[in-house]
Amino acid sequence: MKDDKRTVMTGPAVPVRGNDIDTDRIIPARFLKSITFEGLGEHVFADDRAQLADAGKTHALDDPRFSDATILLVNKNFGCGSSREHAPQALNRWHKGIQAIVGESFSEIFFGNCLTIGIPAVAVDEVAMARLMAAAETGAEVRVDLESKTVSAGEESFPARIAEGARSQLVFGSWDTTAELLSAESEIAKTAEGVPYFHGW
Amino acid sequence: MGQTLYDKVFDRHTVRELDSGQSQLLIGLHLIHEVTTPQAFSMLDERGWKVLYPERTFATVDHIIPTKSQLRPFSDSLAEQMMASLEANVKKHGIRFFDVDSGRQGIVHVIGPELGLTQPGMTICCGDSHTSTHGAFGAIAFGIGTSQVRDVLATQTLPIERLEVCRIDVSGKLGPGVYAKDVILHVIEARGTKGGVGFAYEYSGDVFDAMTMDERMTVCNMSIEGGARCGYVNPDETTYEYLRGREFAPNGDAWEKATEYWESVKTDADAELGDVARFDGANIEPMVTWGITPGQSTSVGGTIPEASTFDEAERVQVTEAYEYMGLEPGRAIAGTPVDVAFIGSCTNGRLSDFETVAKLVEGRGLRVKSGVRALVVPGSQEVRKQMIDLGYAKTLEEAGFEIRDAGCSMCLAMNPDKLEGREVCASSSNRNFKGRQGSPTGRTLLMSPAMVAAAAIAGEVADARELFNPS
Ligand code: SF4
Repeated sequence: MKDDKRTVMTGPAVPVRGNDIDTDRIIPARFLKSITFEGLGEHVFADDRAQLADAGKTHALDDPRFSDATILLVNKNFGCGSSREHAPQALNRWHKGIQAIVGESFSEIFFGNCLTIGIPAVAVDEVAMARLMAAAETGAEVRVDLESKTVSAGEESFPARIAEGARSQLVFGSWDTTAELLSAESEIAKTAEGVPYFHGW
Repeated sequence: MGQTLYDKVFDRHTVRELDSGQSQLLIGLHLIHEVTTPQAFSMLDERGWKVLYPERTFATVDHIIPTKSQLRPFSDSLAEQMMASLEANVKKHGIRFFDVDSGRQGIVHVIGPELGLTQPGMTICCGDSHTSTHGAFGAIAFGIGTSQVRDVLATQTLPIERLEVCRIDVSGKLGPGVYAKDVILHVIEARGTKGGVGFAYEYSGDVFDAMTMDERMTVCNMSIEGGARCGYVNPDETTYEYLRGREFAPNGDAWEKATEYWESVKTDADAELGDVARFDGANIEPMVTWGITPGQSTSVGGTIPEASTFDEAERVQVTEAYEYMGLEPGRAIAGTPVDVAFIGSCTNGRLSDFETVAKLVEGRGLRVKSGVRALVVPGSQEVRKQMIDLGYAKTLEEAGFEIRDAGCSMCLAMNPDKLEGREVCASSSNRNFKGRQGSPTGRTLLMSPAMVAAAAIAGEVADARELFNPS
């Protein structure tokens, strides 16, 4: 399917600053009480946003300058903590939907959760991130290019890192893996035979 | 060159290499609960897939379950809806469900080991990051997201990138009043919350050798807080003794076969490791977190570190932590007033945790300070039953603790147990993130169960060693 391919994503970007932003903050636990992912978008960063508003400040997601953003810019270890896929699902449902995340680093589970729903999470270094965030604030569009492995804004372009396996799945549109995994059903059965406990010793 | 347990088990479970460069890994044990599965089953149904090996998946209910009364329907209609959805899904797909009536319900990471489902040499997944707990048995155990739960249900496999192994070696002996919780908080403080990214932690050395299985589980549970998606201890006699006779553990001839396999997956003496970090057990003190990540902690006798002691890049977050917690750098952590005390969770909600606390409290005429809400929440119905049978529940109740039914409770407050406003909670759980315990402004101080009990009694952070053993 052609529309599963994720090669170049371009759009306005929103910077959400801070290291170790955990998934409890991205989507607080009380919003997980649902049997679907629908409606999560409006609750993204709910508590952080409310607290800043109470203090008379504005969270980036409430800043009208960023309301059309489709690219999220973050710092280190983004998405740590709980394995809830609700976090990328909520980001993907916020306003126009976050299509790609650029950060200094990501927690592994969060990265994997993004990948399984087709959201690239690519890493750039600290200096590049500072430049990208500054550019986003001036309204520059950010371009995430998985072919050339670069992230750019305006005239500036920075090298980006993403595990090769993940990159190829995104570029070739094969990130939705269930069918591929299932195509090996007989090999799965064979491996299971060889694992002594699988069928009860 | 020898191999690590991680590599041996990984190889054994590899179905094939995928074009993406990842391995398709067979999952030996899949545990599910109500929060992260409804959407996975919906996706499965939409695509018309069945569960490939329903006998390798086991379900329970833990996050949303109320701990005051487990009677149905739950008063929270959203919780009731999630429960009903899980019931329908396990029934439809023929999955074994340890529900409230089974007497075996509990936090998924408590009941897996308790029932003997968790065994060495397995690959174990659950839609929950604290699946790392099961690594205590010498298994590769890690948390996954909902789409991956769908993949495991449909194919019993996952595309996985192999991790490197970092050995966490703690030698020597722990001092009296220093617990497994302190060891892991110490390791995370030293290596940081990102220190384990890209690694599986292999815990080895005298301190882990001497630990009980409950203690090893406490350590492995918090691997994820240190950034390591999984952590494990090589299996040994302690592991086998724990498993012998449990409901789902092998018995008879199968036991021989099983121990042979378990022995064969242990890390070889000459295995190649990605990294090694060494600690001396004698240097570890009871720990308390003061910030908003599990890496922001200090020993109970210590002070809240000044921003200047951190890397430049970390200072923004450190300042944010002071502000959120309302704690000043330079001040002693001991003496910080607490409003709530919580003993429970998959980190420290096992029988031995309540035993430790009951024995410290018993016969000393100590009581929870008036004004402090103190909750004791067993990790499983079985733990609760034994707590009652052995008299621990009575001792704790008499000391002013409230004993609840089994569940996750205030660890993340998806049920009615929550902090209110800016309350400060001394908690034996694993995460002190902003808002984690149910109030968007609530504050959490992580510590061992003994330290939580001391805080409950003193009404403030106190050194359990002194409080329970006045000289
Ligand atoms: S006790 Fe807490 S950490 Fe453990 S499974 Fe429940 S919510 Fe998650």
